Amino acid sequence: MTEPTPTSETSGTGPAVGQDEWVARHGERRLSRSGALGVVEERLRRVPWWAWLVLFLAIASLMPVVDSSGYVRRVGFDTVIYMLLALGLNVVVGWGGLLDLGYVAFFGVGSYLYAIFDSDKFGYHLPTIVAVPAITIAGAAIGLLVGLPSRRLAGDYLAIVTLFFLELFETVMTNGNAIGGHNVTGGANGILRVDPFSAFGHRIAVEHQGVFAVSYYYIALAAFLVVFVALRSLNHSRTGRAWRSLREDPLAAEVMGMPVNWLKLLSFACGAGVAALTGTIATALNASVFPLNFSPTVLIVIYAMVILGGSGSQAGVVLGAIIVNVLLQLLQNPYQARVLFYVLLVVGLVVTFRLSRRTAFVAGTTLAVGFVAHAVASAVSHAWVNGNTSGPGSVANWLSHWVIIPSHLAQWVPPVSYGLMIVAVLALTQVTGWVRLSLLGPTIYLSAFVWENVMLDNPGPTRYIVLGVLLIVLMVLRPNGLLGERRVEII
Amino acid sequence: MAERLLELKGVSLAFGGLRVVSDLDLHVDEREIVSVIGPNGAGKTTLFNLITGIYSPDEGDITLAGRSITGLQPHEITRLGVARTFQTLRLFLNMTVKENVMAAAYGHTKAGVLRSMLRTPGMRREERGIGELAEEKLAFFGERLMGYRWNQPAYSLSYANRRRLEIARATATNPKILLLDEPAAGMNPVETHEITDLIAKLRTEGGYTILVIEHDMHVVEGISDRVVALDHGVKIAEGTFEQVATSTQVVEAYLGLGTADRK
Repeated sequence: MTEPTPTSETSGTGPAVGQDEWVARHGERRLSRSGALGVVEERLRRVPWWAWLVLFLAIASLMPVVDSSGYVRRVGFDTVIYMLLALGLNVVVGWGGLLDLGYVAFFGVGSYLYAIFDSDKFGYHLPTIVAVPAITIAGAAIGLLVGLPSRRLAGDYLAIVTLFFLELFETVMTNGNAIGGHNVTGGANGILRVDPFSAFGHRIAVEHQGVFAVSYYYIALAAFLVVFVALRSLNHSRTGRAWRSLREDPLAAEVMGMPVNWLKLLSFACGAGVAALTGTIATALNASVFPLNFSPTVLIVIYAMVILGGSGSQAGVVLGAIIVNVLLQLLQNPYQARVLFYVLLVVGLVVTFRLSRRTAFVAGTTLAVGFVAHAVASAVSHAWVNGNTSGPGSVANWLSHWVIIPSHLAQWVPPVSYGLMIVAVLALTQVTGWVRLSLLGPTIYLSAFVWENVMLDNPGPTRYIVLGVLLIVLMVLRPNGLLGERRVEII
Repeated sequence: MAERLLELKGVSLAFGGLRVVSDLDLHVDEREIVSVIGPNGAGKTTLFNLITGIYSPDEGDITLAGRSITGLQPHEITRLGVARTFQTLRLFLNMTVKENVMAAAYGHTKAGVLRSMLRTPGMRREERGIGELAEEKLAFFGERLMGYRWNQPAYSLSYANRRRLEIARATATNPKILLLDEPAAGMNPVETHEITDLIAKLRTEGGYTILVIEHDMHVVEGISDRVVALDHGVKIAEGTFEQVATSTQVVEAYLGLGTADRK
């Protein structure tokens, strides 16, 4: 708990509030944790930002060494791509305060430009050293052009116009196989056999003996380092301050000498440039590009990363990208998804109630309800409980004695149990005290039932439902995201 | 006679059918302190919005040091040397105190996006200059906005300190003329007295010309070289505080028709 350290004298002997000496002794009034934890926290706060960055990069670079499987490398690469995209979106949303729903289109612009200029499609094979900077600049320029008609728009209107642009982009790319009789974008089939990156005349292979080549992971990490440092520098410059000023109060910013319309365009263009750069890297590795890669779903995932991590904080959006992408990957595998579910349950319970009697009570009722329900179900019919728990391990084995998993699920069970779970959760928010505490156990058991029988079998929608729930919980607990600064609208 | 710094000639503005400012002539000379008074809705803040370019006049011309600024964008006018504060405070609340002031240096600094990303020596030199400028502007207010307060968010400041920070931010744009919109609003008597001293100090030490809107007549009396009274967008009196305060039209504007005769 935060506890004020002993403050300076508040009696008549101390310096009066607001006077020089009182101001000089402000350190004594700072709120901080007491004890050893407080010392550690104070030390951690003094660690400079670049030390955190170096530490992070060191851990990230060691990851493929520790686990050399192609799957881990691939997930790592995708995560870095999302980190880059989140950093770019943070410029527009977090600093500029503009709700840009067309952001993914610029990721697409970068991808398609790279695919067009570095493939057999038209026979151009621009060297990487030319293509990547040129496409980054082109992406920024297109961002500027798209922003031009919408520079006077704000809030909802801007969001609608940019969302329209994203739809337009997808439509044009899907139907771009007959632009003036030329097949430019390959239509729905996209562009295939795109060149990998090349350096000093050598192609950097995408695969090495059938395993994802680790070099692209490091290329993406290097790009991340460059983008992170460049954007951080920009944030601590007159442009960055002006962006944040216009986010706070556009009229005051304009009257204080900042050309607001131009600055909006600039933040649009900066975000678009980062997205286009990211597009080239992703496309060089994937060796192909399709219109569906740039659907609104991708946009929502990137927004989730930015909001979850803390819009406006670079470290925050990076953390958000890691959490969301790793989470989405874990949820695809039923075994990992199961472990994740129960770990989150236990962590959530402990964080909410701490180690108190209430925790023990809720855990106890949950377990008891489970064993009783299981016993009753198995007494009625063996078929009700002899279902297959997917995945190996002792967890699954143990669970089969607790959660009711029928061998055959009647058609009405999934929707009814799912609906019941939602009703139970909603009911929980409406009651307080002991009623809530006693209802919590059965509700948790019900959600475990739904999780095992309904959601694990449909990882596709489940991933996004879990992501949505996570966002809702976070918005309640920390409205500014994990690492976001406290925001005050009006006082 | 002193140099004319700001001059409005026959300025009019209407919102739909409502004439907010009609055929207004006003001038402020170099290093002069002019107060604008008038009842609520007299068009005082609209006058500031006209000068700073938030509104463009329907008729008339506004000149700054002989150059017309009519129809320019607000940020262009600020660059030419007009800075203002707001009656309803408009600080960048979620930025630090120092950043609030540093942000206002945008207009007279140059480093572009690329140079900022690369942190070139020139850009870093400019950044140091902006930092020093901000510290200097904040130091103008004594210890109140100094030290640890620099790195605190603006929302953590008290009301009076927010008013001071608004003035500090306005001065960081390197203005020739400062427009202060009710600097003493919401302040207690001690703070009001301080504001009176501060405005005088802004002229003597800062060298600014000042146009101020104020309702507190003690402040107006204490600072003004000249007072202009507005009512319904029309100038109804102009002169020294004594002349304006005893003007029949001004008394009637504040208290209603016929009240001046009853005295």
